[in-house]
Amino acid sequence: MSTGMVLALLGAALATILAGIGSSYGVRIGGQAAAGVVAEDPDQFAKVLILQLLPGTQGIYGLLVTFITLSRIGVLGGTPITDTKTGLMYLIACLPIAVVGLISAIYQGKTSVASIGVVAKKPDQFGKAMLFPAMVETYAILALLISILSVTNL
Amino acid sequence: MNDLDYIFAVARIRVKEKNLLRDSDIAQMITMPGETQVLDFLQSHGWGEGSADRDAESILSAEEARTLALMHELQLDPAFLEVLSYPQLFHNMKAGIKEIVTAEPHPRAFYPLEDFGRDTMLKILKEKAFDQLPEPLQPVAPAAFDLMLKTRDGQAVDMLVDKETLNAMERAALKSKDPLFKQYLLDSVAISNIKIAVRAQKMKKSREFIENALADCSAFDKSQLAKAASSGLEDLYAYLEKNGYQEGVESLKASPSAFERWCDNRLIRRLKGEKTHSESVGPVLAFYLARMNEIKTVRIILTAKANGFSEEAIRERVREMYV
Repeated sequence: MSTGMVLALLGAALATILAGIGSSYGVRIGGQAAAGVVAEDPDQFAKVLILQLLPGTQGIYGLLVTFITLSRIGVLGGTPITDTKTGLMYLIACLPIAVVGLISAIYQGKTSVASIGVVAKKPDQFGKAMLFPAMVETYAILALLISILSVTNL
Repeated sequence: MNDLDYIFAVARIRVKEKNLLRDSDIAQMITMPGETQVLDFLQSHGWGEGSADRDAESILSAEEARTLALMHELQLDPAFLEVLSYPQLFHNMKAGIKEIVTAEPHPRAFYPLEDFGRDTMLKILKEKAFDQLPEPLQPVAPAAFDLMLKTRDGQAVDMLVDKETLNAMERAALKSKDPLFKQYLLDSVAISNIKIAVRAQKMKKSREFIENALADCSAFDKSQLAKAASSGLEDLYAYLEKNGYQEGVESLKASPSAFERWCDNRLIRRLKGEKTHSESVGPVLAFYLARMNEIKTVRIILTAKANGFSEEAIRERVREMYV
């Protein structure tokens, strides 16, 4: 296996690993808060579940970038990479969603916890409460776009 | 427990906060014609666990026990609860020593603590098994016992044990890593020292006596506070103002109950900062302290109604609410 292929695989792996770590952390803390609310007020289950799941999207974005990368570097399709320079470019192309996915999922989880606190006290304010963690999603989407555009145009 | 482990507890607390009494509820209770109407109002808000018991004290005790049970359920670090129970623990020890030495039973003088209630405390003290007491009480118990046996002076025992209660709280504060808990304990010790200094000044006690009565306190220089208190009320007020207690001095000048009210309101204002935190023990502690403040305020209203106090007199004594 060439060095270029190793580097490209490293990029694909990082996209799933880092974004997945961020999402699992975000969903974990959101789940703890959601469970606390449901323990006292089970009627809020659907609302807090949505808030808990918001930080889970980064992991999906990471997975998507990994699939696209694998389908282009000769693992699931495409032409196998032979040179180091191309492999390095795939690695760099995967980094936006890997790094931004990790950090944004952690922060989105914290914002979800705060929003779950809003729902706990004022369930009728769910719509507004959901906007706060949704704002953090913007930056994960931007990173996803850049990673997809980069990987598909190499 | 690390801070992340409190996320579940804080979320539960947020739901529970909806059931706390508001300032408007307190205002409504003050205007009610009597104790019966206040009890009806409290029971309609879920107080007293729906029991048919109409005794005010049993309803309030049930609420205290329910709050404590919630803290255990939320797995609040037992160290917090132990320190918060120091005043009751030391008080029960004091009551036990007096009861044994005077051979006069006073069952109502004890707090109904789960681990160190009247029966347990009396058994430990009678057997002189002081090592079975919580660590901060162990050195104090034999000293207080000896003092009571030698002098039969209940006030001297009160002074010794009360001072050691505050010393234990100060030590716990200095060890605590939680900023809210630390500040609460330091404030409690500082305020108790102010009350001791004011009382001693009014009784014209000597500087040496006052210094001996004051607990260790990082908020004040104990010796300077005793000096100011022994010099006169104006000197004491000037010393407190210099140390950041301007508002407290104003309330002290009004009345002792106004000062008590100011102290509790200051605590509640501090606690309100915890409403925006979601990943620390702070909101759980804030809820516990707010609940105790709420129960104390309701107790004031019920006592005042039972004794026919005017609405104005009650209004002067009630505390601000957390929500």
